[in-house]
Amino acid sequence: MRPFDYIRADSAEAATRQVADGGIFIAGGTNLLDLMKLEVMAPEALIDINRLELNQIEETEDGGLRIGALVTNSDLANDTRVRRDWPVLSRALLAGASAQLRNKATTGGNLLQRTRCLYFYDRAMACNKREPGSGCAAREGFNRILAVLGTSEHCIATHPSDMAVAMRALGAKVETLKEDGETRQLTLDELYLLPGDRPDRETVLEVGELITGVVLPARVDGRQTYRKVRDRASYAFALVSVAGIVAMEDGRIARADLAFGGLAPKPWRDAQVEALLVGETPSEALFNKAADQLLAQARGFGDNDFKLLLARRTLVSVLTELTETRT
Amino acid sequence: MQTNVIINGTQRRLELDPRTTLLDALRHHLGLSGSKKGCDHGQCGACTVMVNGRRINACLTLACMHDGDEVTTIEGIGQPGNLSALQEAFVSEDGFQCGYCTPGQICSATAMLEEIRNEWPSHVTDDLVGGAELTNEEISERMSGNLCRCSAYPNIVEAIRKAAGKGA
Ligand SMILES: Cc1cc2nc3c(=O)[nH]c(=O)nc-3n(C[C@H](O)[C@H](O)[C@H](O)COP(=O)(O)OP(=O)(O)OC[C@H]3O[C@@H](n4cnc5c(N)ncnc54)[C@H](O)[C@@H]3O)c2cc1C
Ligand code: SF4
Repeated sequence: MRPFDYIRADSAEAATRQVADGGIFIAGGTNLLDLMKLEVMAPEALIDINRLELNQIEETEDGGLRIGALVTNSDLANDTRVRRDWPVLSRALLAGASAQLRNKATTGGNLLQRTRCLYFYDRAMACNKREPGSGCAAREGFNRILAVLGTSEHCIATHPSDMAVAMRALGAKVETLKEDGETRQLTLDELYLLPGDRPDRETVLEVGELITGVVLPARVDGRQTYRKVRDRASYAFALVSVAGIVAMEDGRIARADLAFGGLAPKPWRDAQVEALLVGETPSEALFNKAADQLLAQARGFGDNDFKLLLARRTLVSVLTELTETRT
Repeated sequence: MQTNVIINGTQRRLELDPRTTLLDALRHHLGLSGSKKGCDHGQCGACTVMVNGRRINACLTLACMHDGDEVTTIEGIGQPGNLSALQEAFVSEDGFQCGYCTPGQICSATAMLEEIRNEWPSHVTDDLVGGAELTNEEISERMSGNLCRCSAYPNIVEAIRKAAGKGA
């Protein structure tokens, strides 16, 4: 690890200024320290935000929840309200990492974790995300785990979070504090950028902008599930994942909020897929049409071609589960 | 920089380079070599310790971030002649071969049994709202953050079941 100054922030305002002066926030540290050990990241100063009062889960006036940025993945997954009313979020969190990591990982850090692209981690290889302009070794390399949607000629990395996929399906909003004291709310769609020709820029957050929390809207009717397909049954990143919230009315689909992980540089959601399902009677043919829509623009890069079929099968399976009549 | 940590019940003052991980502080600065360095990247669990009662990977956290925290390592869980129920069960059920992952397995399992008592669900729990039974499937899922290179998994699961039966 390269040397750095360690500064414990005692207020959110101070923290944003300290980062604007050349530092980086550290929360759980489970992603940042990993990357610093490999010198993929080498910040001059670590601004430790763990002492800030951002570790509460509070109910909002309209029946939703405000989750502090420092709430750990364990505390969020195990919150009785989340387990009862936003189960897709508990499920996504419990499917991620290990119990040890979830005890340290935070809500803000999980949203901003970096890609697991092997070449991003390997400083001997070309990677536009790590070193803009150096090229992308993954396109022609081992790209089995990488993206099939939203890619660019410069980067085909995926966003690895499970939690963010559930939050995207739930329509969560991220709350931030900027260095100038201004606050704002961003949907997850607004938060994350597609790689385009600047894969090193992953979010719209400005230098020093602190995530203070995430707001979940009130619970909605319907069944919720998070399906994660991976190389081993536990403790592995998603190859494909689907967060689904589906409600039925008189045998027809009344709501289909769907978000996808493992496929794209950000948690993916496609309004046209949902529009195609709502109002229809469930059938395998319909689910396949939804998959056609989801994958209309998708393309593989060799090793990851299998994700197209895997995404289709996972979506069909999730929709079948969420729409079948229970006896 | 200076950090005060309570290690296994004793207040310890550390003077460390901020780069020092909690794991290196324990092993190199406090002589507590029970916690092991396997991958040093949070992937194997050999470094598992408990901080304020929760299991974490000591390799992926800096010692200076733990000022005022209570850390429990394998040395604090039990000592020869005064073993915890889990430590005894790992011996009687042969829950290891080379033994390198064992301190991490035992720290992890100690915290895991507490999580079950607190009715925390896991990825394989059917009902998120009710509690979970200590089935083999639940143990495997909950212990998936601790790898065993010798693959002593069946006996590790047996040891945990045995200790849990005794109210470890
Ligand atoms: C072996 C292993 C397996 C894993 N498996 C999974 C998995 O299956 N699924 C999954 O989803 N994740 C997985 N993870 C990743 C894990 O979820 C992340 O490392 C964790 O969520 C990051 O949170 P943190 O608080 O530790 O972040 P940190 O490492 O502290 O920070 C990560 C980034 O976020 C920034 N940051 C943190 N908090 C804020 C804030 N409040 N405002 C602005 N910026 C902030 C930091 O500056 C840094 O750039 C795994 C990790 C490991 C090591
Ligand atoms: S896919 Fe993105 S992260 Fe991976 S090597 Fe290419 S540019 Fe780097």
